[in-house]
Amino acid sequence: MRHVIFNNKKVEFTENQTLLDTASVAGINIPTLCQGDTCYCSSSCGLGIAENVDTGELISTCTTLATEGMNISTESTKVFEARREKLISIFSKGAHNCFTARLPEGKCAPGHLEARELEWHEQECPAKGTCTLQKLAGKHKVPVMDIPLKIETPVVDNRSPFIARDYSRCIKCGQCISVCQDIGQNAISRCSYNGTWHPTVDIEKCTHCGQCLEACPVGALFDKKAFGIAKKKVTKVQTTCPYCGTGCQLQLHVKDEKIIKVTADEDVAPNMGRLCVKGRFGYDFIYSENRLKTPLIKEDGKFREASWDEALDLVASKFIEVREEYGPDAIAGLSCARSITEDSYNMQKLFRATIGTNNIDHCART
Amino acid sequence: MLGSGAMSNSFEDIEKAKTILVIGSNMTVAHPVVATFVHNAVQNGSKLVVIDPRATKLTEWADMHLRLKVGSDVALINSIMNVLIAEGLYDKQYVEQWADGFAELKETVLRYPPEDTEKITGVPAEQVVSLARLLAQSKPAMLMYTLGITEHTSGVHNVFSCANLQLLLGNIGVPGGGVNPLRGQNNVQGACDAGALPDSFPGYEKVDDPVARRKFQKAWNVSNLLGYEGLRLPAMLEGLKTKKVRAFYVFGEDPATTEPDMHHVHDCLSSAEFMVCNDIFPTKTTEFADVVFPSAAWSEDDGTFTNTERRVNRVRKVSPPPGVARPNWWIFRELAKRMGDTWASSCAKDIWDNEMAPQCSMLNGITYDRLEKESLQWPVPHALHPGTPHLFKDTAHLYRDVRFTQGRAHFKAIDWTPSAEIPDEQYPFVLSTGRRLYHYNCSSQTANAVGLNDLLSEEIVDISPEDAKRFGFGTDDMIQLTTRRGSITVRAKVTDEVPKGMVWMAFHFYKNNSNWLTNSAADPISDTAEYKSCAVRIDYPAV
Repeated sequence: MRHVIFNNKKVEFTENQTLLDTASVAGINIPTLCQGDTCYCSSSCGLGIAENVDTGELISTCTTLATEGMNISTESTKVFEARREKLISIFSKGAHNCFTARLPEGKCAPGHLEARELEWHEQECPAKGTCTLQKLAGKHKVPVMDIPLKIETPVVDNRSPFIARDYSRCIKCGQCISVCQDIGQNAISRCSYNGTWHPTVDIEKCTHCGQCLEACPVGALFDKKAFGIAKKKVTKVQTTCPYCGTGCQLQLHVKDEKIIKVTADEDVAPNMGRLCVKGRFGYDFIYSENRLKTPLIKEDGKFREASWDEALDLVASKFIEVREEYGPDAIAGLSCARSITEDSYNMQKLFRATIGTNNIDHCART
Repeated sequence: MLGSGAMSNSFEDIEKAKTILVIGSNMTVAHPVVATFVHNAVQNGSKLVVIDPRATKLTEWADMHLRLKVGSDVALINSIMNVLIAEGLYDKQYVEQWADGFAELKETVLRYPPEDTEKITGVPAEQVVSLARLLAQSKPAMLMYTLGITEHTSGVHNVFSCANLQLLLGNIGVPGGGVNPLRGQNNVQGACDAGALPDSFPGYEKVDDPVARRKFQKAWNVSNLLGYEGLRLPAMLEGLKTKKVRAFYVFGEDPATTEPDMHHVHDCLSSAEFMVCNDIFPTKTTEFADVVFPSAAWSEDDGTFTNTERRVNRVRKVSPPPGVARPNWWIFRELAKRMGDTWASSCAKDIWDNEMAPQCSMLNGITYDRLEKESLQWPVPHALHPGTPHLFKDTAHLYRDVRFTQGRAHFKAIDWTPSAEIPDEQYPFVLSTGRRLYHYNCSSQTANAVGLNDLLSEEIVDISPEDAKRFGFGTDDMIQLTTRRGSITVRAKVTDEVPKGMVWMAFHFYKNNSNWLTNSAADPISDTAEYKSCAVRIDYPAV
């Protein structure tokens, strides 16, 4: 068996395995901003570095293959400092005013006030609390508030009704591009901009599925509907999507009995973290003002509101009347292929056991 | 389709398939997440074959696209089987071991050599031969279909043909194989399982089976269960006109928008003597009702949905329904009470745990408590059973699209029949219909969700560049479509997704809905209407 040494520990590796993958299999965490199951990383974030203890060199674990006997440190002072420098560099290029969004004018480093003026920056960063960059900054003692900001790509794309693309916060990890390729959409590509680049979406090809939102490690891509809703007291509830027969499992983010956002977990079958536009963004029909809220009875061609007792008694008595006069087969029912199974069970039971007819169907035929 | 028409295999099988054969399924639109798994399989080297009249998004990833004429599926599949048998490429050992009826199948399909069927299907003979050879070499093949197979007057025969092909190739009962319908609505499987079908009780036990009747009479404490099949939806609608049906109860569906031939449907609904609806929104159908009950919607009630791979999933309540709206099971229970029956179950969990699961053999081992911890695919015959990702191992009898009885399957020799209405001089185009990505069914949900209307808010008709050029119109021009049943004026979208001679529409919006035009002619076995094919005339400018 072949081994490399990580932080004085022997770790097995397999043919053509990168140091990053070898470490990951062994449970050793090397921070990266573009790591993920869907990442085709070419070490673009530059954080996945480690020290070759024998030579003192810093190497990229994302691109270096493990070889027999390598002695690697992922925690040396040299590595820590290099990562910190890299993080400072990443911070300095974008509108990462996350820790200064509420500070008075005199206390902010150059560029932080300007960042506040940008579109979508009037509220806290939508990734606050979940942002990988922010977490790494904390871990590496990056002086975020003091870093002067020079925003490389102050570009906002609001064309999607659901997804805001604020490239002023983009760290150019390429994860949105990778995930869009992986699911077969290929709608996102690189767009040159003042000597650098940012992702751009072909809106004709984009299906607004929002998989790129889940891939974005920072607050560059976010859900417009959830924007500005503080994440305090949000609970997650797993449920099943109300659209199509795939049965995707959704994680509802619920605050004060209201769904504020929908995501999916990568390890939950059948959808393994994937959703489509309807599943991710089509949840709020239940809050529509058009909902039926009270029983209605038609009189002289017009509906009027009624109590449950009145409406239920009317229907029950009418069914009894029809059954007495014409027999149970003069009553027919169509059940619902969108509601829960238990509703269909009770409806067919009402028809078969109570009314006494098999005239119960639903739209399974179409 | 035929009651328990669920997938024989699972989505996780997609990556195990060497070949993925997709017939009549625009899955990037109708089942978008499933399509992403197909894309990954293709990236990992699986062959993808798409059989569809339209050049859907899926065809961009495909190794082969057989662009058959609408309604020629049986002829095409017979010709593929013709090559498999003529060239000796089928799985002889599997067929001998597992299947009966091969001689009859052979006799029939030998009458469909690819050179002869080309004029029916429009698919070049050499493409059929290549596909047959590919299917023989690259096994297992997973066959997936959707409504492009079933919404024809030959829908059941189309399904049998899919099953025949997979049997002949030895692809049934293996991981990465099978006959796999992607079901349209989120809980059509659960509604079937629950017995919302005129011929079967919960769990697919037949109403004409006296043993089943005794079982449910005992369970429901009644003595009057009828032993003959009830009316299916088309007959219910017709019955409203003939007065065979006097009272009609529609729960959560909008047949006034989604059933074919809307003029006819409206005529029927307006003849109803008494009509009741449960719904979450006012729809075209609720307009015909005498009483409308307001229902709890998704996420306003606890319950289950069962997906197309027979996976029973929990649906959880996060908020109360608006106003005084109540859960549907409660409404039915209250009506039963007012008609003299008291039901014990007072929540969905009670209904499942105490009634439905114990009564349905394939669900015996599924409880709400287990669903908290596990994802289960039926059959789950007992409390320790882990669920069944692949049918046809020990549970052949539960799957009805292909009947394995006493461990053997039976080929069904099928002859091709044309669609009920074929283009002629007066109505020279074919109209086919389906779904678009941004809306769902009658759009009562999606049109009330913020943002989806920004992406699509009206019906559109897709037409080929050649045909549009001949009439002299372009994208966004309003054109008139007329069939023997109705006429609409609708915005055109010129696209080479559709072949010459065909127009394509969806049915999400009431205005300009394709169902003003569609034909209610239905499959004689399943009663599924021929949404996929009728004859239509184009007028530009509108007359």
